[in-house]
Amino acid sequence: MSSEQEAESIRCLVAKVGLDGHDRGAHVIARAFRDAGFEVIYSGLHKSPDQIVQAAVQEDVDVLGISILSGAHDTLVPKIMDGLEEYGAKDDTLVLAGGVIPDEDREGLKDDGVAAIFGPGTSIEETIEFVRENAPQR
Amino acid sequence: MTMDEADESLLEALLAGEHRALARVISKIENRSPGYRDLVSELYAHTGNADVIGITGSPGAGKSTLVDKLAEAYRERGETVGVIAIDPSSPFTGGAVLGDRIRMASTVGDMDVFVRSMSARGTLGGLSTATADAVKAMDAFGKDKIIIETVGAGQNEIDIVRTADTVAVLVPPGSGDDIQTLKAGILEIADVFVVNKADREGADRTVQELREMVHLGEESGLAGSAGHHGVDAMDGDDSSWGDADESDAEDDWTPPIVETVATKGTGVDTFIDELANHRTYLVDSGTHAEKVRQRYAEEIRTLLREDVHALLEDELADSGGIDELAEAVRQGETDPYSIATDVLAPVEACVENLAADADDSSAE
Repeated sequence: MSSEQEAESIRCLVAKVGLDGHDRGAHVIARAFRDAGFEVIYSGLHKSPDQIVQAAVQEDVDVLGISILSGAHDTLVPKIMDGLEEYGAKDDTLVLAGGVIPDEDREGLKDDGVAAIFGPGTSIEETIEFVRENAPQR
Repeated sequence: MTMDEADESLLEALLAGEHRALARVISKIENRSPGYRDLVSELYAHTGNADVIGITGSPGAGKSTLVDKLAEAYRERGETVGVIAIDPSSPFTGGAVLGDRIRMASTVGDMDVFVRSMSARGTLGGLSTATADAVKAMDAFGKDKIIIETVGAGQNEIDIVRTADTVAVLVPPGSGDDIQTLKAGILEIADVFVVNKADREGADRTVQELREMVHLGEESGLAGSAGHHGVDAMDGDDSSWGDADESDAEDDWTPPIVETVATKGTGVDTFIDELANHRTYLVDSGTHAEKVRQRYAEEIRTLLREDVHALLEDELADSGGIDELAEAVRQGETDPYSIATDVLAPVEACVENLAADADDSSAE
């Protein structure tokens, strides 16, 4: 059917999980993603892993960007990954992490299923480029 | 219609109540990915059980917060809820920040409230179709109440909330002059008015002004026809909204005015009662059937229009592409009307041939 013109857009959930209240980075990313033509859903502050999973599943996002500056990433990220798994959403969601995440923790997070970690100093362009190239084709 | 295997299992999963499947189906609808039409047409057999409520109002009126409280109240009554929250997207990049979810805090962690954010993606006409289809998906999934939330600023949003059986318009207090400006479009579609933030100064006055407006409208026959706003938009005759109900004026619905403080949950129960009253009115007066019929008529027309449009896009490409044609007009070589006639000519010829063939075969 010729009328089935696809109008696909990359959907991202920018998530603040845990108890840290530093959302400037998340705001900057949300805004940059929007300007890159993505559809961005912003979770708001202080969300639990369950809430993030719920939003990611219901919104059927291609990309989940998790911003953590509290240092609790080793606890929170696995919970989110398990939740995504539970709903069958783990395999085709590109999960990114941002914030202050020490180098020695990065391998562990990648083993959990995080595709990339963007620490301080990452350029916005780099992140957007990564999303464009790696967003799952469904 | 036939579906491929993947879509069939997707449909089964949706009907079995898998959240992920519902989410994926709505994505397909939004993306208009291949096969979405067959999927939606299969959904129809499983729909018709949900109450669809539209909520609109100016930015900052408190829509998301009220929707949140509404969802919470319905959940307490044991009903499942679907929410479609629509935000504008940038016409330049197509990007959007969909922020309604932030306000929906009362029901997080409850998967039986399914919140989905949608953006306009540039084509507002397409959005009302996508919204209607997403409502079908939630309906088939088994949601009892489906709430469509969209900012109300003009005609396009009106098309979106028309998907709903009952439309609530939020008016913030102290918007006396705004009411005058709202009158042009938004107010006619209200089945229920909500003065949110009713604890603020000026709320009484806003209620009073709304009341006057509703009564004025009743006398002049302009408003109060809220039950009939599904009237044919294809003719571009929006003034017909008010004229449609002269025949059944005796059982007219007068939009009630509810005062709420959404942040505290005040007035939400009254609001729910009024929504239920309107639902009862729709069914008892037979307006509901009429409305649904009009809505389907509209959907059929929209689909046909889209299809024909797509056909013509191909024709346009064959004629050298729109850019070249536009340039020709700019150069003064031709004009848009001539081009339209030329592009359409082969299509018209085809249709005539078809008609002729049909005549021939019936003559045999």
